[in-house]
Amino acid sequence: MAASSSALSNATIDSPAQRRNTRDARADGLFRWIVASAGLFVLLALLGAALSMLWGGREAFSTFGFGFLTSTDWDAVNHKFGALVPIYGTLVTALIAMLIAVPVSFGIALFLTEVAPNWLRGPVAAAIELLAGIPSIIYGMWGLFVFVPVMGEYVTPWLNDHLGKIPGLGALFTGPPLGIGMLTAGIVLAIMVIPFISSVMREVFLTVPMRLKESAYALGSTTTEVVWDIVLPYTRSAVIGGVFLGLGSALGETMAVTFVLGNAHQLTASLLMPGNSIAATIANEFTEADSDIYRSSLIALGFLLFVVTFFVLAGAKWMLRRMARAEGEK
Amino acid sequence: MSTTSEKLYRNRRIKNAIALSLSGAAALFGLFWLVWILWTTLRTGISAMKPGLFTQMTPPPGSDGGLANALFGSLVMSVVAILIGAPIGIAAGTYLAEFARKKPIGEAIRFVNDILLSAPSIVLGLFVYTLVVHTTGHFSGWAGSLALALIVLPVVVRTTDEMLQLVPGQMREAALSLGVPQWKVTLQVLYRSALPGIVTGILLALARISGETAPLLFTALNNQYWTADMSQPMASVPVVIFQYAMSPYDSWHALAWAGAFVVTVFVLLMSLLSRAILLRNKASHD
Repeated sequence: MAASSSALSNATIDSPAQRRNTRDARADGLFRWIVASAGLFVLLALLGAALSMLWGGREAFSTFGFGFLTSTDWDAVNHKFGALVPIYGTLVTALIAMLIAVPVSFGIALFLTEVAPNWLRGPVAAAIELLAGIPSIIYGMWGLFVFVPVMGEYVTPWLNDHLGKIPGLGALFTGPPLGIGMLTAGIVLAIMVIPFISSVMREVFLTVPMRLKESAYALGSTTTEVVWDIVLPYTRSAVIGGVFLGLGSALGETMAVTFVLGNAHQLTASLLMPGNSIAATIANEFTEADSDIYRSSLIALGFLLFVVTFFVLAGAKWMLRRMARAEGEK
Repeated sequence: MSTTSEKLYRNRRIKNAIALSLSGAAALFGLFWLVWILWTTLRTGISAMKPGLFTQMTPPPGSDGGLANALFGSLVMSVVAILIGAPIGIAAGTYLAEFARKKPIGEAIRFVNDILLSAPSIVLGLFVYTLVVHTTGHFSGWAGSLALALIVLPVVVRTTDEMLQLVPGQMREAALSLGVPQWKVTLQVLYRSALPGIVTGILLALARISGETAPLLFTALNNQYWTADMSQPMASVPVVIFQYAMSPYDSWHALAWAGAFVVTVFVLLMSLLSRAILLRNKASHD
């Protein structure tokens, strides 16, 4: 410190202080360059992932062309591959998951923001968020060893007897009591995405200005009416964003689905039959792929999954940001 | 006249009561699965615990063994993943918070980072496969660590960015006005202030990768034996759980449950620890 104060007097010549200034400036430039390249690295990681999978899947795309998307073939012996069965399985299981998870998450968010007494809110919210922290392989094991037997023994026969007889709709609910299948996978996925969606909904519900809600209460609204007519319209875009976020993780979830889906390459209307999803196909078969075209087809599947989840997640971010921006304007 | 309004009022109250009880039921529904899954894991896991779990290797079918090599592999790969992912993540988060806070490039990186945060982990595994395994010609622990590092990265970027933005501007101005260069301000003032938050981010990332299976399946593969050589295929607890749980052998199932128990306890401890750090930090700030 003493050296720097004495150096201040003759700063005009090539003094230690001046040298230190240039050194600091150079160090600042270097520091800025390091952190900026780390930031660019994040951009490159995503771009690299997309391009490398497009590159890895080029053989499948060029061999099968557009037919890759519409073919149900999955024949490792004759080297014929099509993505329709895994795509169908991915969409159906994610749809089942959303049908269950969205209303339940809404209920949980409503309970945690409007209904529950204050002392209960923190613990219940923390417990639901614990669900999000459990690794997906645990869900998969639990699904296979605990939930699948329950589905096979009780739920599937019941569905066969009751819903299976309805004309038209019944085809969805007829099948052998295997326990594994699309419906089981959809339910396990629903359990996994509930914490994601409900925590987003809870957070945005809390941003609704108190005076809006109080005005509605003052006019004699019930809690349900306040939530339905004030809270939901106010938070609509963020709620949709949260749902999309859940959808994105349901589409790409691998381990939980792999355990309970059954790895069967067949297209069936029944939800009680085993099927396959993109992620489960890759997880099950990638290390067994013995030909280049087989491996390339699996990477091409990965590319499709990546593109779909990218757009779903981008949509989610866009909706959430719209809400945040509207917030900021007030 | 009064009867119709009374009826209307009663109907609204009934509707309200039904909706509110449904919301309570939804909360119970969520908690029900949590309790069921945790209870199964704890009960089956504890009964499958044995002293040999931490000292013996993963066994071939039908014989007795433990998970020592898988636990070691998981530990090594996770630590390396953190060592790769955390510094880059902290640097990128610093760039976002200190240099590109309102710039379009910063917004673009934040957007991409959020996508990376929720991108399917199996896709990252495929990426590392084509990048590393395919070019080097063999599966390796390095490839597994790299895949895990790609999961660590967005978590750390996000928490670092958020925590640095919370540091009051006066601190920067005070330090800069004393003539401290910006890199020193960042390293010695801002990081010190944001440290608990950054550590929380790293702990959360560690919790997340310790249960990740999909990105390891075709990067680190698996290994029946003990290895500390990261250029070789390496065992990890999640992959061993996957392999053993899908097998028809009861002794393998028991080991899989024991592994699941260890992973779950570790993950829950990590998330509790990070929560505790955040709470303490918040309390000291208030």
